Amino acid sequence: MLTVTTISRSFGDHRVLDDVSFDVRPGRMTGFLGANGSGKTTTMRIILGVLAAQGGTVTWHGKPVTQPLRQRFGYMPEERGLYPKMKVGEQISWFGRLHGLSQAKANRNTERLLEQLDLAQRANDNLEELSLGNQQRAQVAAALVHDPALLILDEPFSGLDPIAVDTVLRVLRERAADGVPVLFSSHQLALVERLCDDLVIISGGRIAASGGREELRERYGTKRWELVVDSDAGWLRDVPGIRLISLDGPKAVFELAEHTADGERVDQRVLRAALERGEVRGFTPVVPSLDEIFKEAI
Amino acid sequence: MTATIEPRSAEVDDTEAQGTSFLAATRLVAEREVKTFLRSKGFWIGLAVIVVGLFASAILPSVFGGGQPSVAAVGPEVTRALANAELDVREVADRAAAEDLLREEEVDAAVMADTTGESPTGVRVLALSDPPTDVMAQLGTSPPVDLLDAADVSQGERQLVIMVFSLMFLIFAMGGAAIAQSTVTEKQTRIVEILVSTVPVRALLTGKIVGHTLLTLGQVVVLAVAAPIALSAGGQTELLRVVAPALGWFVPFLVLGFVLLAAMWAVAGSLVSRQEDLGSSMSLVMILALGPYFAVMFFSDNATVMNVLSYVPFSSAIAMPVRMFSQDAEVWEALLSMGLLAGSVTLIVLLASRLYAGSLLQTGGKVALSKAWRQAD
Repeated sequence: MLTVTTISRSFGDHRVLDDVSFDVRPGRMTGFLGANGSGKTTTMRIILGVLAAQGGTVTWHGKPVTQPLRQRFGYMPEERGLYPKMKVGEQISWFGRLHGLSQAKANRNTERLLEQLDLAQRANDNLEELSLGNQQRAQVAAALVHDPALLILDEPFSGLDPIAVDTVLRVLRERAADGVPVLFSSHQLALVERLCDDLVIISGGRIAASGGREELRERYGTKRWELVVDSDAGWLRDVPGIRLISLDGPKAVFELAEHTADGERVDQRVLRAALERGEVRGFTPVVPSLDEIFKEAI
Repeated sequence: MTATIEPRSAEVDDTEAQGTSFLAATRLVAEREVKTFLRSKGFWIGLAVIVVGLFASAILPSVFGGGQPSVAAVGPEVTRALANAELDVREVADRAAAEDLLREEEVDAAVMADTTGESPTGVRVLALSDPPTDVMAQLGTSPPVDLLDAADVSQGERQLVIMVFSLMFLIFAMGGAAIAQSTVTEKQTRIVEILVSTVPVRALLTGKIVGHTLLTLGQVVVLAVAAPIALSAGGQTELLRVVAPALGWFVPFLVLGFVLLAAMWAVAGSLVSRQEDLGSSMSLVMILALGPYFAVMFFSDNATVMNVLSYVPFSSAIAMPVRMFSQDAEVWEALLSMGLLAGSVTLIVLLASRLYAGSLLQTGGKVALSKAWRQAD
């Protein structure tokens, strides 16, 4: 498990990270969410030792992360780059050796990865001859070639077409299933919603929320309900303990107030009140999208 | 497809990293640099140009400039008189025939009997526009000379060695710019982030220097093999005998000088983020590469300046081998100078590795040296 504890970092007078703490758990895909400039990339660079933290620690299984340990991590930086004039297969194999693999093992892993990422037939082309999407796949391969113990991927899906997203995703899930903790950042919320098991939400250099996806949903979202009745639902305005979010004739969305005095389930009280007035066509909790959790959390 | 499932999960919890050592990382970086250059067309074209130039300068003089001056001898008596001179003699009947040959530029000069009694040698020389000194030298009688302290090498041979050594130094020193190119490519494409998160920055720098030094050494070896062949082909075996011992000193000096500049080229590359900005940060290194070339070429006749140049790192790589060649310096002087150079190499490489580490991850404009220095803390 990777544990980030109270790391901070400033550039000049600008505090980019402030007491950032979170875990990346084995076998889990952890989504790292935040707006542009919220500190995602800086955090990842600190974990990888590309940047020094000015406070706090990063530990791996309880031990401080040092250079030899870091060599076993896989990293895909936000700004992509491999050697443009080097053959794809050779290049990925070279990165494998740089991470400590033998030549034979590096070649074997490269071959397998290129096969999995549908790049096998491009192995002998120079990187610059590949389309951007294929260069991106090669970049994923370079991050995975040494069977990393931890994966840190900065915006791994940006610039990929839907088919490529699925291909890359399959490979990443396979690693996670093997027990590798995977941390990936994204600003494509819908995508993260589909992929991640855990979420870390960062805003303005501070962790706004972190935890399991469902747990966060509970925490940030089950207070909203949608009620559909026969006639106008305007009477909801006068029901105590709720706040009306939207009203469209017979259809209303309301939110439970933060605190209810008597501890009674206010949603049930509203439902009873609705039934007393006529037929109820629908009564459903509004499952928040990540988008809403995100907006709520930051 | 039959997939072989390799057990990965077993390794995941193993926190003891085995990884690549500093040496292994350095070797891998060097290997990549060498391979990349051996595959580039530019590298081979450059080497081919040098080798062709070497052969051309060894062979062409004997083809074009070589041969004896030709003269037209008027009458059989003159022909007989010229029999022992190193001249290509054509006998003609009279002065008119000789003049025709001269005007047609068939001969360099015409020689005829002197009838006025003015000439101590008894012959007159007829030429087109300029006095033919090479012909006159063959006709004149010079008194025998005894030298008290004969030089082992002629001035001409010394000039040639100075030119060859300076030029080779210049070619390889400027070739080091490839290190700056390679560094800035890594910065521009951001590979550097993966590299830095994987291996120590010092291994990156050392690997680059080692790789390019090996490339340079390889080229020097090619030239060292080609030079004797070229000189023999050009019939200049005498010159070869003279130059060969000097090469023994030149090669180690050249390699040390190259490493010194290589470290600086690497820093020049690490200070900028784009190829376009490379020019501004390379200018200082370029001066340090060109400086020794011009200094030695200009002051080769000034013993005091050459003495100083032969100890100053950078220029010592050319000046000391030249002094050893013309036997102006003792062996201990060469060893001292080489020691000084090796010391500077160590110092500069240490400084460079700090600056390199401090600037490698800085992007945007050009990084100031002072900032790179502080950043490394």
